[in-house]
Amino acid sequence: MFAFDFMRHAFVASTFIAITCGIIGVFVVARELSFLTHMLSEIGFAGASFAAFAGLSPLVGMLAFTLTSSALISGLSVEKARRESTISAVSSLFIGSGILFLALANQSSSYATQILFGSIVGISLNGVWQLVTLSLVVLATICLIFRPLLFDSFDAVGATANGVRTGLISIIFLILLAVSVSVGAQIVGSMLVFILMTIPASTAKTLGHSVRQLLLISVGTALLGVWLGLWLAYTTNWPATFFIAVIEVAFYLGALLYQKLTV
Amino acid sequence: MNTIISVRNLTMHFGDKDVFDGLNFSIAVGEKVSLIGHNGVGKSTLVKLMIGLLKPTSGSVVRHDLNGRMLKIGYVPQFRNIDADAPLSIASFVALNIGKSWHPWLTRAEQKRVAAVLAETNLTELKDRPLALASGGERQRAYLAQALLANPDLLILDEATASMDVDAKQAIMALVDQIVTTKKMALLFVSHDLALTKQYTDRYLLIADQKITTGTSQSIDPETLKGVEV
Repeated sequence: MFAFDFMRHAFVASTFIAITCGIIGVFVVARELSFLTHMLSEIGFAGASFAAFAGLSPLVGMLAFTLTSSALISGLSVEKARRESTISAVSSLFIGSGILFLALANQSSSYATQILFGSIVGISLNGVWQLVTLSLVVLATICLIFRPLLFDSFDAVGATANGVRTGLISIIFLILLAVSVSVGAQIVGSMLVFILMTIPASTAKTLGHSVRQLLLISVGTALLGVWLGLWLAYTTNWPATFFIAVIEVAFYLGALLYQKLTV
Repeated sequence: MNTIISVRNLTMHFGDKDVFDGLNFSIAVGEKVSLIGHNGVGKSTLVKLMIGLLKPTSGSVVRHDLNGRMLKIGYVPQFRNIDADAPLSIASFVALNIGKSWHPWLTRAEQKRVAAVLAETNLTELKDRPLALASGGERQRAYLAQALLANPDLLILDEATASMDVDAKQAIMALVDQIVTTKKMALLFVSHDLALTKQYTDRYLLIADQKITTGTSQSIDPETLKGVEV
């Protein structure tokens, strides 16, 4: 299957997106931001619709929308208890306007589905490079703030008590999340980014008990899912995102079953 | 004795509410002090002011340098939100406070430091158990170990023994006492349990009516929660 350019591109892109999402996902799940990640992927679609309406590149629209909504959400929901309602409110506003912009821009619905569901097997070489650059920038940033981010994600009270600048760490992480969702979604689709950022890390949370285990299981199941999914898509001609979703959910259910049988 | 922390004319208001008015006290090297007072008098607020989590309305908290370096404070907060499905083992949880570095992994020296603190708090055998599955006493030891990892000069325990049974309270306080005595660490023990504060601290700080008073722990009268001022 590697005889074709598009499959080689898909393989490289999915490998990088799986590693990046697998690592970010550990923090997304620990910080209970799965809902925000889901919403950001839809807000990204709204941003792309706005870009189509305004004649901008989709990435600019997506970044503008995801970053603005993240800033709004972090500003409005200082208390964790209010976060879900704030996310619902802010994302409703953005998604609603996305539908309006899509209608005003006279774009067909296939444009919207392209952004939402993407196509991992239709990536250009340019797209692959964009994704590789994104991954390296995101991973380098996470590496630099790893210790305070880890402390704040797994023990927010302890981190605050020990002088970690938790507000700053939260903002940097939300920016990373918004950028990753935007760049990842315009290349492989919002759905795939959401799947890879939440399910492998949830599998890891069920099975792993050290930071190393969490990262390895999350990245490992994300990689296995995308590689197997690509191969199945190649052999069956069905969408890769479907297979990747099914495989990741199967890993998660397997982990839950294992936990039930062993604890 | 060398003073490690001084609170000078500390006043704190939250909106219209006056919490403290002109508090003055200090804590010396290796001193064991309790902070007592009725619910809502502002014990936790005072601790947060001392560690810099809150800014006072006026006055100051001065941390004195110790042997030419900044004073280090270890703080065990009153509330911790550890979910039932929190994944980290006790060892990984303790290691969260290992300190700043550009690299994510622990160096060999850092791993040794974590192992030493786990041994000190009798957690070596439990180190791989998820914190979420640990008992109340084991959790409290993990919180203590995490604070000790920074090698503090002053250890602040905020209601660390609340919601524990009598045996567990005695066990954790005996352990704290042994560690702070051995390491010549100062202790600020925030508690409602006057029996424990008498047993494990030498001096009390009592907050009442926005003021602070002090005296020997033995002189506290549990009935009125008022000690004999010295």
